Amino acid sequence: MTIIKKREKVIVVIQLSGGNDYLNCIVPYDNGFYKDARPNIRITDEQVIPLDNGYGLNPGMGPIKDLYEQGKVAIIHGIGYPVPNRSHFRSMDIWHTAEPTTVGSKGWLGQAIKELDPEGENVVTAVNFGNGLPRALAAPGVPVASVGDLENYGLLTGVSGTNQREQALSTFSRMYTPLLGSDTVMDYLGKTGLDAMRGADILKEAPQKYRSNVEYPDNPFAKSMKGVAQVHMAELGTRIFYTQYGSFDSHTNEVALQSALWGDVSTSLAAFFQDLHEHGIGDEVTVLMFSEFGRRVLDNGTGTDHGSGGVAFVVGNQVKGGHYAEYPSIDPVDWIEGDLKFNNDFRGLYTDILEDWLEVDAKPIVNGTFEKIKPFVA
Amino acid sequence: MTTTHARIDESLVAHLLRRASFGGTTEELSHFSEIEYETAVDELLNARDTMSIPQDIIRRYHVDMSDLRTRPSSSGNWLYHMVNTDAPLVEKVNLFWHRIFATGQTKLIQGKAMTTQLDMFREFGLGKFDELLLQLSKNPAMIMWLDNQDNHKGSINENYGREILELFAMGAGNYTEEDIKECSRAFTGWTVENTDYMALKMRNNTMRPYGYVNWQFKFDPEDHDDGEKIFLGETGNFNGEDVIAIICKQPATAGFVARHLYHYFVADELPVPQWPHFPPLNPEAIKVMTDAYFESGYSIKAMLRALLLSDSFKSEAAWNARVKSPIELVVGTLRLAGGYDGPTHDVYGHIASSSFMGQDIYAPPSVEGWMGGADWISTGSMVQRVNFASDIIGDLDREGIVELVESIRADAGEGASPESLVQASLKHLGNIQVSDQVNEGLAEFASNFENTVRPSNENIASLLQLIVATREFQFV
Repeated sequence: MTIIKKREKVIVVIQLSGGNDYLNCIVPYDNGFYKDARPNIRITDEQVIPLDNGYGLNPGMGPIKDLYEQGKVAIIHGIGYPVPNRSHFRSMDIWHTAEPTTVGSKGWLGQAIKELDPEGENVVTAVNFGNGLPRALAAPGVPVASVGDLENYGLLTGVSGTNQREQALSTFSRMYTPLLGSDTVMDYLGKTGLDAMRGADILKEAPQKYRSNVEYPDNPFAKSMKGVAQVHMAELGTRIFYTQYGSFDSHTNEVALQSALWGDVSTSLAAFFQDLHEHGIGDEVTVLMFSEFGRRVLDNGTGTDHGSGGVAFVVGNQVKGGHYAEYPSIDPVDWIEGDLKFNNDFRGLYTDILEDWLEVDAKPIVNGTFEKIKPFVA
Repeated sequence: MTTTHARIDESLVAHLLRRASFGGTTEELSHFSEIEYETAVDELLNARDTMSIPQDIIRRYHVDMSDLRTRPSSSGNWLYHMVNTDAPLVEKVNLFWHRIFATGQTKLIQGKAMTTQLDMFREFGLGKFDELLLQLSKNPAMIMWLDNQDNHKGSINENYGREILELFAMGAGNYTEEDIKECSRAFTGWTVENTDYMALKMRNNTMRPYGYVNWQFKFDPEDHDDGEKIFLGETGNFNGEDVIAIICKQPATAGFVARHLYHYFVADELPVPQWPHFPPLNPEAIKVMTDAYFESGYSIKAMLRALLLSDSFKSEAAWNARVKSPIELVVGTLRLAGGYDGPTHDVYGHIASSSFMGQDIYAPPSVEGWMGGADWISTGSMVQRVNFASDIIGDLDREGIVELVESIRADAGEGASPESLVQASLKHLGNIQVSDQVNEGLAEFASNFENTVRPSNENIASLLQLIVATREFQFV
């Protein structure tokens, strides 16, 4: 008899950096206003991948269509926040901290980690794939492993020679062991250094344990997604994964750029879900994809400038596929400063994920009550 | 006993250079050890920045450092200064003001506005505090960062009026909400030229192939509220200059600036928001500085000089008492490795490393700047800190590192014991003091080298890598 272990739910957050153009991503290809607004960079009827309700997908999103047909993709329309900010950095900050008006410093996921693991017992409760720590994951006293390259992740990676490096690491561990009676900052540093080493030790096991028949495409994003799969399958208790891809900042050459990026994202995502499916663990993983803003309705020649009002996606077996909220009107009379008018506050979607997926209290994290989207299977 | 005496002096010089510079190379340590302590302090305080790589050469190599469109361009340009300057204290003071008058390119989008602000710090940062506040109030980046262009006669925006009192000059608890309003009224009409257009450019970041037009300060008398104001107990038709003059004569202002200087140059203080509720950790050091402030007519340089010469600063209790900020770690490591000998694309990677460790130059997390202290340390940042420093220090492709390794070998001498090799290495990395536990660990590591009589460059480099990975290296 096989004992089926109940696994905990996991969220994978994918940040589409640079501002993914909404109109050429979920394309209202028959809409006259769309045709007028995009004389130079329109996705034509021939190019578009038809979906439903008069919408189609960017030509690079073929595998997303397959997932959509399996009922796994929730398209969240018109997402944004009041008084849109068109600076990449500020807008990304707002998404990271769920604080549109004041400048926040604590990340929404960092605060969620604190709820999931209040004592910081598991140094890999959250794992970021990429360099540095996105503010979304930052909160005081919260350990997060940030992995550039899983195969080569660790401390003192620049020490040459396997033997010498092993000795260096063992000396490192000895040097970081807190001494009785030493001062608090030194102790904290010692503990953190050892935690970092422990995290690296734990994570480096993951690729060794991993077996799969699924071939991931050859691009940096696929590498991150494969890393997510490897760490998740190693059952290290990681609940939150984070990674980003881009840049979607298509001021010029938008049609080729956006399709290529979506090609990488969607093929990698398809491989990832296939991998989970083959291991029979697809039900416990949900993916959230977002971008800091959408782009200007009118094109600028070969691209688009920064705008507001965008689209997010929630993908997974436990997701009720379909359209959520409304596509904002493309009629020029409804534009706000040349942009689509957002109609759906992202903090509502965060509330869904926090309360109904990670099962933590959302209010103190998003600072209030926002209307939920309800994208999950009840 | 002379050797003991000399050793203590060298350690004090190392401490001075960790705080008033970015740590010391062997040459710097020996230079400053040969002169009187007071002369060393004055030399650091009065040095002028002469860049070893001229700005026009940098800009010829990095086109983006002319139009300064993105943050790596502006922050990378600052990194050149920090790594190569022979006036390191000036750059430390720039970082000090950047932390207090924390302005973010994230909101402004204009890199040029940030470098203009930095140039202003470079010129006025060690001068008189009233002059500095005046320059700050007229600084376009600050005006736009705190929305003073929206501060109008008859309809004030209190953002700048509040922060100049709370965060920049006095600290909470030393003024009333009424004072904030009156202060804001005094700064009405302090704006930038062509305000509406410039404000729009700030919000709508679109591609500008020819870079940015630099903002210019403008005083608009039509929009200035010339009426009577009551500010900190004084009455008059105050303008911004008058308000600054009143702020600068307050004892609270002297104490606030002094506490910040202590926080930055001596030891991590309590987080700034707690200052109104708890007295300074070292009231004696604060008094030395506030006295200097009033005696010198508000000179920052006089305050800092008094602090650096004080027993509070020199005392062993202050040594290695602060957690190194990411930028201090990056710059200090690069200076040990010999700095930049010409323009290089490495600056972008290095500035990114600081941001991966948690300090994104020109992008403070909020108007309150960086919290600092133990806040710099997390598991993610530890991996970045250890790997960055050990990658640079172990890089034998760098001429500076080969020289470093060779002088360590020469200093320790042929056939030196592992202990002596460790001592020589610690000395050449800025006279680092480590615990017995670390000393023993390092010596054991060195005792495993294949050739202990004449250890290879690779072996010595790996020892250096381990030293910059210590807890001790995380402190200044």
